[in-house]
Amino acid sequence: MKQRLLTAIAAVAMVASPALAELTIVDTSYRTGPYAANGIPFSDGYQDYFTLLNERDGGIGGEMINLIECETGYNTEKGVECYEATKGEGTLVYQPLSTGITYQLIPKATADGIPLHTMGYGRTSAKAGEVFKWVFNYPANYWDGASLAITHLLEQNGGDLSGKKVALVYHNSAYGKEPIRTLQSLAEKHGYELMELPVDHPGQEQKSQWLQVRQQRPDYVIMWGWGVMNQVAIQEAVNIRFPMENFIGIWWSGSENDVKSAGAGADGYKALTFHNLGSDYPVYDDIQQYVVDTGNAAGAGDQIGSVLYNRGMYAAMLAAEAIKTAQEMHGVTAINAAQMRDGMENLEMTEEKMAALGLPNFGPEFKVSCENHGGNGFGAVSQWNAEAGEFDLITEYYQSDQEVIQPLVEEDSAAFAEENGIEPGC
Amino acid sequence: MFYREAGDFKTSYVADSQTFPIKFDRFRYYAVLLVAFAIVPFVINDYWVNAVFLPFLIYSIAAIGLNILVGYCGQVSLGTGGFMAVGAYACYKLMTGFPEVSIFFHVIISGGITAGVCVLFGLPSLRIKGFYLAVATLAAQFFLVWLFNRVGWFYNYSASGQINAPERTVLGVPITGAETAPWAAYLFCLVFTVVCALVARNMTRGMQGRQWMAIRDMDIAAEIIGVNPLKAKLSAFAVSGFFVGIAGALFFAVYLGAVEVGEVFGINKSFLVLFMVIIGGLGSIFGSFAGAAFLVLLPVLLKNVLVGGLGWPTDLAAHFEFIIVGGLIVIFLVAEPHGLAQLWRVAKEKLRLWPFPH
Repeated sequence: MKQRLLTAIAAVAMVASPALAELTIVDTSYRTGPYAANGIPFSDGYQDYFTLLNERDGGIGGEMINLIECETGYNTEKGVECYEATKGEGTLVYQPLSTGITYQLIPKATADGIPLHTMGYGRTSAKAGEVFKWVFNYPANYWDGASLAITHLLEQNGGDLSGKKVALVYHNSAYGKEPIRTLQSLAEKHGYELMELPVDHPGQEQKSQWLQVRQQRPDYVIMWGWGVMNQVAIQEAVNIRFPMENFIGIWWSGSENDVKSAGAGADGYKALTFHNLGSDYPVYDDIQQYVVDTGNAAGAGDQIGSVLYNRGMYAAMLAAEAIKTAQEMHGVTAINAAQMRDGMENLEMTEEKMAALGLPNFGPEFKVSCENHGGNGFGAVSQWNAEAGEFDLITEYYQSDQEVIQPLVEEDSAAFAEENGIEPGC
Repeated sequence: MFYREAGDFKTSYVADSQTFPIKFDRFRYYAVLLVAFAIVPFVINDYWVNAVFLPFLIYSIAAIGLNILVGYCGQVSLGTGGFMAVGAYACYKLMTGFPEVSIFFHVIISGGITAGVCVLFGLPSLRIKGFYLAVATLAAQFFLVWLFNRVGWFYNYSASGQINAPERTVLGVPITGAETAPWAAYLFCLVFTVVCALVARNMTRGMQGRQWMAIRDMDIAAEIIGVNPLKAKLSAFAVSGFFVGIAGALFFAVYLGAVEVGEVFGINKSFLVLFMVIIGGLGSIFGSFAGAAFLVLLPVLLKNVLVGGLGWPTDLAAHFEFIIVGGLIVIFLVAEPHGLAQLWRVAKEKLRLWPFPH
């Protein structure tokens, strides 16, 4: 039985390996399970942008992009399986879209020499490029997010948060625990009281957490949620009539799927973002023309223009720009993973570049360097307008409190370097 | 024709009561061992190890452990995920606390620690049975996961609450960490699997196993004929915990390398291992392997066939995987309620008579 199964697998694995294309990108997506509501739009955006480049420009620098999709279900075991199955294909970069899988892949990808781009998630201290040579988390990370949220609250309170109570409702995993240390440091600096409310995976049961919110009446609630947890939290907040404008989600808790189910009650809910929203950009005309109308749209094609679709597209755009940078640097079009890493490390996003791509004013300008793999930590606050059914930016892009974050990054990356015997250096 | 006792003369009791009394079976077993130890390590790559062999071997150990408790001693447990977490966290604390000691010993000690914890949570079994015991072990599952999430000491106060396996070696060869060669990780787990299976097999057919089975079949009758229920039940919990702890330690240190307790060792893990035991066959060592193979390898195989072979969209394939695996479980259990092990047993009976069944 066992042997028969194994031979069957062997036969299939041999048949299954596709032909090597020049530029291989793996999309480790999740279109099933409790996180699918958020995984689908991101993956659609990520794939559609590469499809657009293939259809419109004939790939990047004349090299076609071979996109492989692998379903992880936000599950670490399946994520490892996906990574092992696809790393031999000459993959240029992984975008796991899961902090848990990122933690698995950091040592593996470093040993195999394949760059990881964990855009706005993953291990925050990967910003320290001298320690995490193969990991990038530009343009912003969780600690930036925590600081941005607090800065926003400071602005609303005239620069003084002392005596206020801030609750953190978080996914009880590596993802949700990331901001705690920053929020604690910021609590010391600004004098607010931090209240921690963990929610266990997958997050469908949050009655007791919101009962605590009701009893202890925090002035503000910050949320680190993902998947079904977002919808439930926002619904619960509506149920206890928590004022929505005092409820701020991280950028992973601010998409249409999360708020729509709560109806009109969710109006005024705020979420952070590190890129612009909506579909009012020239690139969307091209996506319509080259991707949707030709029938090549990923998934059901109904997510175009949503927050997470934009984010997936932004991730793909940054990857494509890194490929272009690498092609220019090394003078070859068919780059490999090591050259891709150089491209990512020398990536510079400017307003002219984004405008030329049909995405004017879409994200903050930033420049990656060997010391800084994490960008400059710019973000903005968006607010849900239930009537119009869209998130609108209500602030300009502003920077996180680097004074607090930089020492934390240095401390955590130094600890990682020591644990793993890494010699930091550029 | 080949598969029969005739002509294979036993001249001692030892030979007569060996695990594989039929010559053909015995040589098949040696051949499997030979292939597993001498050939597979030379041909496998990262994908085969990390997607196929490691999960299969490690889940086999966990299934053997649970089978001792559920299949042989009749004590239902839903705490396997939590006990695996104990093994994993024990291994992590040992690895980081005593970096100079070989990982081999850490894994064994982790098993021992888990055995202790398992006995502690097995104490209610002296008073309660069946579904009620299942609920008590379910409490263990939730308590342990909560504990490892809550108390910073267990994860060395890391910011993310994750545990990461640093590089550790056996005889200078790295077994954990990113630099591990596929063959090293595979052989390390294989050794543990084979030894665990041998120990379990011999324990279950000796006096200890007979006591467990007496308790399982009717505890009052067992007590009357002189089986001490306290010793029998708690020893089952201890031995089961030992194996499950080893599985948990290997799962974390060798297979995944980084673990988030709520996701990896959640209630789903308990059910998965329990299903392996039930589908494979309660009270059978072979059944533990068969169940693990069924539930670990089949999804990987289906994924490769549906996505790689047929080119289906990944989400459709993932959903169909559930349907196919679920359907097969129902079909198998309807066709043979005693699991894959019983199918194997029936097949062997038929083989003995083949090709002249009359």
